[in-house]
Amino acid sequence: MSSTKQRDDRRAAWWFLLPVLVGFAVFYGYPAARGIWYSVTDYTMLNTPTYVGAENYTKLLADDQFWNSMLVTAWYVVLNIGSQTLLALGIATLMHRLTRSVALRAMLLLPWLVPNVTVGLLWMWLLDTNLGFVNHLLDAIGVGPVGFFTDESWAMPSVAAVNTWAYTGYTALLLYAGMLQIPHYLYESAAIDGAPEWRMFRGITLPLLRPVLALVLVVSLIGSFQIFDTIAVTTKGGPVAATRVIYYFIYQQAFKFFHLSYAAAAAICLALVLGVLTAIQMRLLRASRSDLA
Amino acid sequence: MNRRSRAGAALLALAVAGGLAACTKADDEAAGPVTLNYWLWDDNQKASYQQCADAFHTANPDVTIKISQSAWNEYWQNLTTQIAAGDAPDVWTNQGSYYPQFVSSGQILDIQPYVTADKVDLSQYSGGLADLFTKGDQRFGLPKDWDTMALVYNTEHFTKQGIDPASLQNLTWNPTDGGTFEQVIAKATVDANGRNGLDPAFDKTKVKVFGFLPEWADGSQGQNGWGELAASNGFTYLDKNPWGTQYKYDDPKLAETIDWFKHLIAKGYSPALDKASTLSRDALLNAGTGALTVSGSWMINSYLGEGAKLKFAFAPLPAGPQGRKTAINGLSDAIWAGTKHKDEAWKWVKYLASADCQNVVGGNGVVFPAIKSASEKALAAHQSKGRDVQVFVSEATAPGGTYFLPITEHGNEVSQIVQDAIQAAVLGADTATTLKKANEQVNALFK
Repeated sequence: MSSTKQRDDRRAAWWFLLPVLVGFAVFYGYPAARGIWYSVTDYTMLNTPTYVGAENYTKLLADDQFWNSMLVTAWYVVLNIGSQTLLALGIATLMHRLTRSVALRAMLLLPWLVPNVTVGLLWMWLLDTNLGFVNHLLDAIGVGPVGFFTDESWAMPSVAAVNTWAYTGYTALLLYAGMLQIPHYLYESAAIDGAPEWRMFRGITLPLLRPVLALVLVVSLIGSFQIFDTIAVTTKGGPVAATRVIYYFIYQQAFKFFHLSYAAAAAICLALVLGVLTAIQMRLLRASRSDLA
Repeated sequence: MNRRSRAGAALLALAVAGGLAACTKADDEAAGPVTLNYWLWDDNQKASYQQCADAFHTANPDVTIKISQSAWNEYWQNLTTQIAAGDAPDVWTNQGSYYPQFVSSGQILDIQPYVTADKVDLSQYSGGLADLFTKGDQRFGLPKDWDTMALVYNTEHFTKQGIDPASLQNLTWNPTDGGTFEQVIAKATVDANGRNGLDPAFDKTKVKVFGFLPEWADGSQGQNGWGELAASNGFTYLDKNPWGTQYKYDDPKLAETIDWFKHLIAKGYSPALDKASTLSRDALLNAGTGALTVSGSWMINSYLGEGAKLKFAFAPLPAGPQGRKTAINGLSDAIWAGTKHKDEAWKWVKYLASADCQNVVGGNGVVFPAIKSASEKALAAHQSKGRDVQVFVSEATAPGGTYFLPITEHGNEVSQIVQDAIQAAVLGADTATTLKKANEQVNALFK
């Protein structure tokens, strides 16, 4: 009797899951399968795809531009994740320990609410070598103009800085939420023992924040790899190929050169890299789960 | 439950009926009134072509033209997607770098049989434009308009620097000393102390107004500067145009030209690429930080229109060792090979390429139509608004004074490779070696 009832529940569950499963199959499963199929064909969008085996992959592995875009993306991820996480951690700590003003929290989120294309345009004007406000300031203090988006060595740090500006508030808010879960008495007893703020940060906040920090890192790492819009607006991959990140490379191959199958192969390589990175980070996440128990 | 299933059945019945209705409607269309979809990208021209479409509809009440306009980048993506989905517009506007792939994939209708049958006079179009869209004895479009290039300068600044506008009419240029062109550029360059580029005390580290603004994001053609000067130095892009398969970017004539631009930068007359602005050159000219650049006839309304903050004027390009050369670029209208209404589409394309429509477009003074008489109308329209744009027409009609931008397969890839190479050279790499390597990469695409 009870076993039949259980089976009934399970059948009902499948019905409830059905919309999601259909959605997943239609919007994720099918396109992913198509993508994998295209990556082993010679599809250009205007022909009937024929199977070419691993040709796209062997070509890709020998393509300097592909490796350059991977390298450039990695450089961006390091710059962006580094600056964004450190800044966000600092801001979150200040919000947690110094002030809990709601107005301040709302303000922090403002840049995140601005559409990325607008952010790109805004900073393109502000940082412009010739007409930009920032260069006017630099000029006033006697530092020569800096080609933030046109100098090969400056372009990527500039893009990373722009995105850090846009996303730090959001990251800080996530970390702040994590900090709120840390029991207050820990800080109180530390304060009674006369521990300075810096000591409390290192001894209490940082270790107890680890699960949240790990989650934030996973999410922002994947997000970072997907950098596209800021670059499409400001540098268009240039100067030369200094900011031609992997997403821009894929976009160009697919929609500028119409090498759909080649772009699909590159996208699948990217998915593999992201999968491995996420797996590593997920392990770190699980390892730190018991800290607050 | 019962009621709901009945409602469902009713809905289903409605949907089926709707579907049937849609079917019959589609069948009707094939026999009776036809709606043709026509695509273009330039929002400035949409109104003119709507006028043409209305006139066409009056003459052919059975055919309605539905014009869709989308911005340049989206245009080609949308078009390719629609073609892939088997639902392309019946007629669309083409341009040299994107159009070859549609030809090679068999998406554009060969209209030569129609042209022969209807005896379209191909000689009515400005020099050679009609041949640009042929391959062998096939024809993939009729010409619509053209554009040429000229110098554009800040008139007030030039007057203040004591440069006589008349002297700009016959500028010379060569890659060794830059000719009178370089003299003008030097004189138009001003540093923070108000000294110009010819002054021995000129401070190139504190330039306030650059004499010349080059464009380095200019693909494989350099239409906005290096292409014209290289051509006037004897450079040709490829073995034959259209449909060549061997590019010549390793030509020393091109390297010499790029080196001259690098020399302008070294002198402080042009901004270095790594210290250049990402903003468009017209923004910089309007801001007064640049005095002179090369611009196309499609920019006439931006520089001479009400939107311009300063006063500008056009002047002919300088004449190089091989004379004065301007790129002339033409657009065409093409018919989708998969259209259900081939005859109607041909009628429309023929009308678009006729004096009737091109006179309307010319009269609005937005672009120069391909038909000579319609171009005159455009010129007159500009003159009536007090805009002197004669230089574009004079250059277009000068014997041996124009060259076509390359039309080949792999246009966009060539563009990226060459642009990267030119930027690398301008940033400091050895020009000849960089271009030679790029040329090898480009030609490898055709193997």
